[in-house]
Amino acid sequence: MWKRDESVKPTPGPAGTPATAPTTPSAAAPAPSVQADLRRSNDRDVVNIGKSVVIRGELSGSEDLTIEGHVEGKIELREHVLTIGPNGKIKAQVFAKAVIVLGQVQGNVSASEKVDIRDNGSVDGDIISPRVAIAEGAHFRGSVDMQRKPVPPSAQAPSPKGASAPASTPEPPAAPAPEPAPATPAAE
Amino acid sequence: MALTDLFRRREEAEAVAAPASPATVPYKALPKFLAALRAKAQPVLLDLGPVVGPNLTFFGEELGCKVFVEDLYADIDRHVRAGTSEALPAFLSSRFDRIDSGVDGVLCWDVFDFLDKPAAQVLAAQLSRVMRPDAVALASFATTPATPGTEPVYTRRTIVDEATVRLRTYPAAQGRRAPMLNGDIIRMFEPVRVVEQLLLKSNVREVFFRKPGA
Repeated sequence: MWKRDESVKPTPGPAGTPATAPTTPSAAAPAPSVQADLRRSNDRDVVNIGKSVVIRGELSGSEDLTIEGHVEGKIELREHVLTIGPNGKIKAQVFAKAVIVLGQVQGNVSASEKVDIRDNGSVDGDIISPRVAIAEGAHFRGSVDMQRKPVPPSAQAPSPKGASAPASTPEPPAAPAPEPAPATPAAE
Repeated sequence: MALTDLFRRREEAEAVAAPASPATVPYKALPKFLAALRAKAQPVLLDLGPVVGPNLTFFGEELGCKVFVEDLYADIDRHVRAGTSEALPAFLSSRFDRIDSGVDGVLCWDVFDFLDKPAAQVLAAQLSRVMRPDAVALASFATTPATPGTEPVYTRRTIVDEATVRLRTYPAAQGRRAPMLNGDIIRMFEPVRVVEQLLLKSNVREVFFRKPGA
């Protein structure tokens, strides 16, 4: 009756990072309640932060994450997809492989592959990503830089203005950047 | 039944079946604007229109631009609906404060048509300020008043290719203001200069600006 899907395996994190539930909520949010709201899907390696959850601080991990709640601070999912659900409200600097926005984001978004702002999604901040798609009903205010490689969070100096205000674009990293991804049709 | 009737009926059926496609029109001054941007390394573009995904892709991937999207139509709409249109000049005077590094190109589209003269003067002064030496700007100005009784609309422009844009309208809170005089346009942008003007059959004047080099 119960058969584990062998095709979906947890992705090992970089440098020995545990593959399961590395989310680190800050002291502002009580850990037990956060963990209670982190719902793991059995058939996909995706963590879901429910809409009643509020996290202030640094959120990092090595698996795909969907946020329906409120997060303030910094979100770092270098190798994975971050989805801001329709109820999600983010006031943070975001670093991920790909970012899908259906809710609200206030802060700079940096993705190594793609940023996708869907219908009714909202971003107030600067985007650095080789590919950007913005739907017609989406709101965006800020700048888009599709040339430069997204800056790793460790190299990012803390912004004096905080995450709420769109800050100036950070400097490119010293590491060689790969070729830009091919163009993809973006929704108008 | 005559053969012409058959053809007419087929044309009518096709007209019903075909969805209304957005108008695609040439944008005469656009190629020069794009050529000016291409001549720069990693140009910075300021787009005063609503965010349009394909345009971002075009400017980002084709021209290597960093693009600032500052939707002034939304700002105008918000002020008109709130009844604070008289505050627009003050609002516009600090609208681009965060663009401190300067821009190489400004896409104004037809935003000046929706501004009263005081607000238009402030906007032009601010654009002149943020433009780097040798930066270019592209704007269009209506030369005839808006037709009375028509629904006010803004136009979303999607770049199809280097000389063509696709137009799609969406509702606006207020219509176009009185057409601006040519001399007023020249004066309010100084020291930025008008390089070329094109008067189209649609009674729209496309103006290509360039800021003198340092």
